[in-house]
Amino acid sequence: MPEQVTLTVNGKPVVVPSGATVAAAMATAGAYCRDSVSGERRTILCAMGICFECRVEIEGKPHQRACQILCSPGMRVNTQPRIETGAESSR
Amino acid sequence: MTAPTYDVAIVGGGIVGAACAYECVQRALRVAVIEQDVIGGGATAAGMGHIVTMDDSDAQFALTRYSQTLWQQLRPELPANVEYEQCGTIWVAADEDEMNEVLRKHDYYTRNGVPAEVLSSADLEGLEPNLRKGLAGGLLVLEDGVLYPPCAARYLIECALAKGATLYSASTVSQIGRGRVYFSNGSSLSAAVIVNAAGAWAPALTPGIEVKKRKGHLVITDRYPRFVRHPLVELGYLKSSHSLTADSVAFNVQPRRTGQILIGSSRQFGAERKEVDREIMRRMLQRAQSYLPGLSETSAIRVWTGFRAATPDKLPLIGPWPADSTVYLATGHEGLGITTSLATAKLIADQITGNRSAIPAEPYLPSRIRTPEHANA
Amino acid sequence: MLVVGGGPAGLAAAATAAEHGVHVGVIDDNPNLGGQIWRAETGAINPEAQSWIARLHAARVEILCGTRVFDQPAPKLFHAETQDGLVELGYQKLVLATGARERFLPFPGWTIPNVMGAGALQALVKSGFAIEGKRVVVAGTGPLLLAVAAYLRKHGAEIAMICEQASLFSLAKFGFSLLWHGNKLAQAWSLRKELSGVPFAASSWPVSAEGKNILNAVVISRGQKFEKIECDFLACGFHLVPNTELAALLGCLLREGFVEVDNNQQTSVPEIFCAGEPTGIGGVELSVIEGQIAGHAAAKRDELATDLMRTRRKLLKFAAVLERTFELRAELRELALEETIICRCEDVTYGQLKLETSWRAAKLQTRCGMGPCQGRVCGPQTEFLFGWSPDSVRPPIFPARVESLGASVSEPDGA
Repeated sequence: MPEQVTLTVNGKPVVVPSGATVAAAMATAGAYCRDSVSGERRTILCAMGICFECRVEIEGKPHQRACQILCSPGMRVNTQPRIETGAESSR
Repeated sequence: MTAPTYDVAIVGGGIVGAACAYECVQRALRVAVIEQDVIGGGATAAGMGHIVTMDDSDAQFALTRYSQTLWQQLRPELPANVEYEQCGTIWVAADEDEMNEVLRKHDYYTRNGVPAEVLSSADLEGLEPNLRKGLAGGLLVLEDGVLYPPCAARYLIECALAKGATLYSASTVSQIGRGRVYFSNGSSLSAAVIVNAAGAWAPALTPGIEVKKRKGHLVITDRYPRFVRHPLVELGYLKSSHSLTADSVAFNVQPRRTGQILIGSSRQFGAERKEVDREIMRRMLQRAQSYLPGLSETSAIRVWTGFRAATPDKLPLIGPWPADSTVYLATGHEGLGITTSLATAKLIADQITGNRSAIPAEPYLPSRIRTPEHANA
Repeated sequence: MLVVGGGPAGLAAAATAAEHGVHVGVIDDNPNLGGQIWRAETGAINPEAQSWIARLHAARVEILCGTRVFDQPAPKLFHAETQDGLVELGYQKLVLATGARERFLPFPGWTIPNVMGAGALQALVKSGFAIEGKRVVVAGTGPLLLAVAAYLRKHGAEIAMICEQASLFSLAKFGFSLLWHGNKLAQAWSLRKELSGVPFAASSWPVSAEGKNILNAVVISRGQKFEKIECDFLACGFHLVPNTELAALLGCLLREGFVEVDNNQQTSVPEIFCAGEPTGIGGVELSVIEGQIAGHAAAKRDELATDLMRTRRKLLKFAAVLERTFELRAELRELALEETIICRCEDVTYGQLKLETSWRAAKLQTRCGMGPCQGRVCGPQTEFLFGWSPDSVRPPIFPARVESLGASVSEPDGA
């Protein structure tokens, strides 16, 4: 098994030890995980999967808990943007 | 020491009681509102907050349409946390039969001044790309809206308090009648009129009224902005709400302003326990996924239940109770409590002050139902 | 027998029961076994967990990591989720070893990136983040702080300060009590050596965290003074809160927030056992003992647990000392300002919440507690700040895909 894994965080390559979590990759990249509902930058809080502050977008899928997911080679991770609210009809 | 006296004592601090309080203080009445738990904590908290014109019957249409226009008029003063959105409703037709129903509804609404647009299959897909392919079309009812009910109820109550109403909070009522409200702690108050707006608890206070609990479930997801853009309701919803005995589910999904998706709906009779009924929840979720396949992958974060107050003829009870001239009923709104709360309040306040209402009040009068109490009154 | 939780208590229960011939399965949300305190380091099994995990393998225990229970839709049948989808798990006997989580308390700036739990920063480093060369302030309360500081230091971090809110007096009494608990004194002594030279302050707590977009300093209260410390990370946790949601869902009686168990670690629900932190915060040794007792009891061999029960009695006394020593002081209620966020899922502030009279009212009016953490972060805060108790537990006890939540229960004879 290779000792390191290379993945992409916000478009930039990041190298982490094999077996590292996506949370570790975000911290290594100096990237924060998500924008809160009022637009604050947030990153890892509990690191054990219960707080949901580390939610990121992995391969386009939102709401993935970075601290509970292991990095895989070539994985594309993005900071989860603030949810633009509004339920208006598209007219 | 004499018990406090009011012109109107409203039992129930849900959306209907709150609206009645709001309206009655506008008429310079001395108002008390009594709530046993949390403002807007009953069916008000459990519902979807959908403001919808319904055409099950002319009487239902008149009440929902009148009330919807009242919400539109109130809109400018509503605070941000009420989250009022005029997003319209899309009634979804799965097949040709349901499309015929769309045409009938469109005809009815437009004849009655409610703006509505028939949607072809392609139109529907354009407006709601996450619906499954191959649906027949739908009806867009433009002036329907959504809001967040607990904050709406609190806003209405706070307005009433600002105009001199009194709130009895955390106060349980044991009995009402003959101009008196008795609390479970032994105290009481007097009122010329007592409004029973206690929803599912109404029959406990006014024995003999035919209001039964109709349990519903809702599921809410995490935030998926613009996954759905309008409240979506299947036309089969009407079949579901028609049934008086069977447990039923129907497709009814609504985007919250937060971007969360609210998934409903279910109806059960004789289900008295508030625990989540897994079988019903499953049926409801499976039906929702059949309309919105992409819903499967979304994260569901909460499930809850609530009790609608349902009457046998599907119209609420608004007006004096024949067996006791001091008691007025404002209950039995089933799934339309949020929508019709403001109109209910107008009708109640009109009747108390002897004014003519903007719509005929007869279809909702409690006296329409013959009960033993009525016969004896 | 199904064991929920692969930390010390769960591993001990699983191995013990399996060695009696019981068919055992263990599930855990994390990618690897070990729980929090025995967390694997980028896949490498923690040495303390080694022997237990080896026993699990030898006894053919089935292991499912990355799996979290969200409901029990039918008697003795769990629905759980993994990255890939739904897992259905039936059981006859159950051991709840769901552990504990850190308690977070609010103060201005606590939401700034790189302010995290104490155990959290340690977990992050174990999960592959290099802390070497970073400056860290460790704050809050509990024995975890020292263990975390020692670990981070060993991995190259500069520990700028350890701030423990308990008083020196309480800590001294705690230290004295360690004399009575054999090897705990040895542990404490070795920690002391690992931390020599690191500034330590008792009766001290964070007053605010500073930094635009990312942490750059922490202001701590120390006696009558405030001290600003520049740092890259603030590892701050206020002891532990038990994870009792699954126990509550299953109808187990709780007392003062902990799962009530009898001498055999059995809960109020027959055939459901509970071991470790959910029964009372008592540390790793107690968790292991309780796990073993539960394992024996589940295998109907409780006569083998007599010695363990004797040890448990001693360790329970230590747990009581732990609780007293690290009690939260009143000043910690005064840290939040109007605009300080309490509920991080919905960004609800202290100013909004203090207007409410109950958890339920607050929830309905502000959405506090309605986010994906389901009140796990904000609940303990509001309990401490306002005395509110959370309301009853409903499924899902963990967010789950709509598809999973809506999945039918398979027939008993089927898959």
